[in-house]
Amino acid sequence: MMEGINAKYVSQKISKTRWRPVSSSSLQQPDIFATGSWDNEDNKISIWSIGENGISGLDDEFEGDPQLVCEHKHNGDVLDLQFLDQDRIVTASSTGAVIIFRHHHNSQTLSVSQLWERAHHYPCDNAPCTGIVCNSPEIVTVGEDGRIILFRADQEGVLRTIENADSSTIHDVTFLRTTEILTVNSIGQLKIWDFRQQGNEPSQILSLTGDRVPLHCVDRHPNQQHIVATGGQDGMLCIWDVRQGNMPFSLMEAHSAEMWEVHFHPSNPDHLFSCSEDGSLLHWETSSNSDTPSFLQGGRNTSIVSRSAIAPAGGNQSLISSWLTGDSSKGHLETTHMLPSQTLSVNSLDVLGQCLVCGTDGEAIYVNRRVPI
Amino acid sequence: MEEVDVEPTTTPIPGFDSNQKHLGFVWGPGDILVYETIYKASGGSAGGCPFVHEVRKDEDIYSPILRKLFNESHHIFVGLQRIREDLPSKNKKPQFVSISKNYRSVIRACMEELQQVAVSTQDAALATQYGNQVSILLAVELIWNLCEVLFIDAAPAGSLVLHLLDWVRLHKADVDEKAREVLASESPAEHQAYWDVVISYVLQGRMDEARQVLVKQATLQPAARAMFKLLDNLLMKMPIFNPGETQTLTEFDVKWRHWREEVDRCLQDQSFASNPHLEDICKILVGDEDVLLEHKELLSTWYHFLVTRLLFSHPTVKPTELHYYAQSSMHMFLDTRSVPEPLDSILLAAFEFDIHQVIKDCSIALNNWWFVGHLTDLLDHCKLLQSHNLHFGSNLREFLLLEYASGLFTHHSLWQLAVDYFDHCPEFGRVYLELQIERVPLDTERKALKVIRICEQRQMTEQVRSICKIMAKKALRNNRLGSALSWSIRAKDAAFATLISERFLQDYCAKGTFSDLDLIDNLGPAMLLSDRLTFLGKYREFHRLYGEKRFSDAAKLLLSLMTAKIAPRSFWMTLLTDALPLLEQKEVIFSADQTHELMFCLEELTSEKSVPNPDRPMQDEDIETTKIELLRLALARNLAMAIVKEGTVEV
Repeated sequence: MMEGINAKYVSQKISKTRWRPVSSSSLQQPDIFATGSWDNEDNKISIWSIGENGISGLDDEFEGDPQLVCEHKHNGDVLDLQFLDQDRIVTASSTGAVIIFRHHHNSQTLSVSQLWERAHHYPCDNAPCTGIVCNSPEIVTVGEDGRIILFRADQEGVLRTIENADSSTIHDVTFLRTTEILTVNSIGQLKIWDFRQQGNEPSQILSLTGDRVPLHCVDRHPNQQHIVATGGQDGMLCIWDVRQGNMPFSLMEAHSAEMWEVHFHPSNPDHLFSCSEDGSLLHWETSSNSDTPSFLQGGRNTSIVSRSAIAPAGGNQSLISSWLTGDSSKGHLETTHMLPSQTLSVNSLDVLGQCLVCGTDGEAIYVNRRVPI
Repeated sequence: MEEVDVEPTTTPIPGFDSNQKHLGFVWGPGDILVYETIYKASGGSAGGCPFVHEVRKDEDIYSPILRKLFNESHHIFVGLQRIREDLPSKNKKPQFVSISKNYRSVIRACMEELQQVAVSTQDAALATQYGNQVSILLAVELIWNLCEVLFIDAAPAGSLVLHLLDWVRLHKADVDEKAREVLASESPAEHQAYWDVVISYVLQGRMDEARQVLVKQATLQPAARAMFKLLDNLLMKMPIFNPGETQTLTEFDVKWRHWREEVDRCLQDQSFASNPHLEDICKILVGDEDVLLEHKELLSTWYHFLVTRLLFSHPTVKPTELHYYAQSSMHMFLDTRSVPEPLDSILLAAFEFDIHQVIKDCSIALNNWWFVGHLTDLLDHCKLLQSHNLHFGSNLREFLLLEYASGLFTHHSLWQLAVDYFDHCPEFGRVYLELQIERVPLDTERKALKVIRICEQRQMTEQVRSICKIMAKKALRNNRLGSALSWSIRAKDAAFATLISERFLQDYCAKGTFSDLDLIDNLGPAMLLSDRLTFLGKYREFHRLYGEKRFSDAAKLLLSLMTAKIAPRSFWMTLLTDALPLLEQKEVIFSADQTHELMFCLEELTSEKSVPNPDRPMQDEDIETTKIELLRLALARNLAMAIVKEGTVEV
């Protein structure tokens, strides 16, 4: 059993968890997170707090046991959830709606601040909205209808729509630059879109040769805009360099089922986290110095050999991220399972500072406040 | 058919008058749909109520707090199944006991939360509902605890009484509360509940606490000090069996009898005659049943009475002898007129070591299968259930788990838990799962993916195909051809892939251009899934080659599409028409042989169409004939040029 991680059962299957951002100047650890539920007759978004040590709740509760602060009904499954800023949360609904909730700190309540009812839709049916990315005040959403929509918080209408951007479902989206986004779809393609260009064509398409495995999640390296990690249906973790060619930089076998989310650690990007339908949450750590001893506490360690080595395209060695060292003798990759035992699917995770939160289909939330990074 | 043990409960349906109309119904997996028929009890038919009512038996799975019970116990259940079979049962007993304790702590946690909510809620109806749930959980935990003591831990004589004492103490927690109240008061010895506290402690065998409280009284009455010292001594010296020590049961028995004789002597000597309370305590120590019964309110239950009786009269009772004492205790304690409650008969059955009766009675008394399913599963792992073949073919454990899991499957969210339960029912689990999993409603792709993953992990290929087909059809209806194709690839469904390719080709014929080029251009190995799909990919490649002005490659490809029979016959006309611009080029692209082959294809095509179709309008016929004429002309001209070109010898 990993130290410092306990399950809290919450009577709803959790589809998304996100930490509320802490201001970059303060060195505080995050203490508030939001969750969204799915597959319920009445879905909700909820805000939880893990109080300061010793102050929270009753005597016999575990330190840092999440306490419910407030919640609000949500129409449809919560398929994605992002904090727009300290007070506002954007959610993607399975009804195709995009909703902004406002968290009122003094009354500790949530209310609907803005609603785009059928942002994603088919001519007759509902089309679920599957992914959101924010760069306040801009919001980009993608859905099963293959549309990409650009919103602006506080503006009622839609800023721009890319119709029929994809003939298959777009599962996730991330910003590469302020004007460029990258989407992944269910036929295994990464597409880069430039908002400065008019028209409905992507500026670049990348995909794996070989089987077109649907991709479910994507995350960009926090410091280097050309590195992205993707995960898909076969549970493989791919690291791509979007400047180069049509091939991922490395492919690693990670999970035995769909990988639902992948995140680089925002302040320490040598660490990567992924979670999957097979019930595991992996912590990947890379270091370019192979002498570094492993300092991970307990858990299971597996050394994963990274496949497909492509030598980095010249340039200054120090600028090249340790993720892109295709040669495994130069790099050192350790993975650790972060959950104490096999659970039902881990649908979502978020990591900030030293805190990790994840939610499962077993209706449990796990919080770890001492992630070794 | 067996007789019904209890009267079935009646549920009135609002708005129906059963005297007037007949009721119709149909069973669902966990509920009944009820409707009013057009038939009257007497006389003819008439119009009626348009509503259909759904009657649910099990409200518990919809309670948010009880849901945690289902989730946590699922986790424990799965962990239990994974304990390896090859270890001898002796080593596994502590594991099973700890799993039993886990289950119980989950029940307790739920109970406490329900209690908190029951107290804090404003709604009276809700408070009663929560209150009912709390009392059911209390009873459930009581029964489970007893089963753990008697069956799983299977304490032998000596330890048995100690374990039973623990059991009683756990379920009679109000003594400590009262004691706190008394001790916190200004003058504890004069508190009205003082003697109640002391006697309750003695009845529970908690001699040290009793002595501590007695001291308060002793200090108040210095004159009677000797008497109090004597009682204190007796209480201190009471032998308690210690299973860890080397003391055998017989040794303990001897010691205990000596002590009892001593207490008896004190009674005979009238040492406590001046203080009736102390005398009562002494009589209790000797196991005087009449005195015990005088303190019925403090004991409050017959099983407390039983355990106290055993403690002071038969501390070395063997498990097999329990049921005599249990029955007699119950009769002594309860009024002969009152009917034993279900809980009482269940506990009695447990004391009689009749596991099957316990399970049966619990199944009837409770409204869902959670408790009996998990308990039976645990007992089965302890190898305590004889294989008891039911009329339905599976054993008891499997039957209960199947019922429980089927009930879970009707829940919109908890169905995922049920999958693991079905997995561990070796005989019928798979069949049940196959039937149920196809009926899970699929609103989003994500849910469909999870369901498919469940099926794939269990090699249920039929279900995978059918689910993928449903999703693909939905995608097709909304014109999401890429999604539809992705689903067909997942199911390896060649027929559907062909359907999708037909759609693409139809779109092309209608509009003249391809839609969704990003898909067709990037088919990759998926192209090989179906012939039509391969054709689509290759045809698009032809267009690309043409666009890049690589005419000879384009020409070769076009020809191979027809000669290798990759192209469907219906499309040959279009292909030949595509060949026209290539034939009309100044430069000769098709060689003589290739031209011959083209002509052959054309002939093959036209020979089939020699019979004029009366349904087709005349204009179409005209267009067709013109096209064919043009083609024939172009082919002939090309042939001529090709022969000349090939025949020319460079000088």
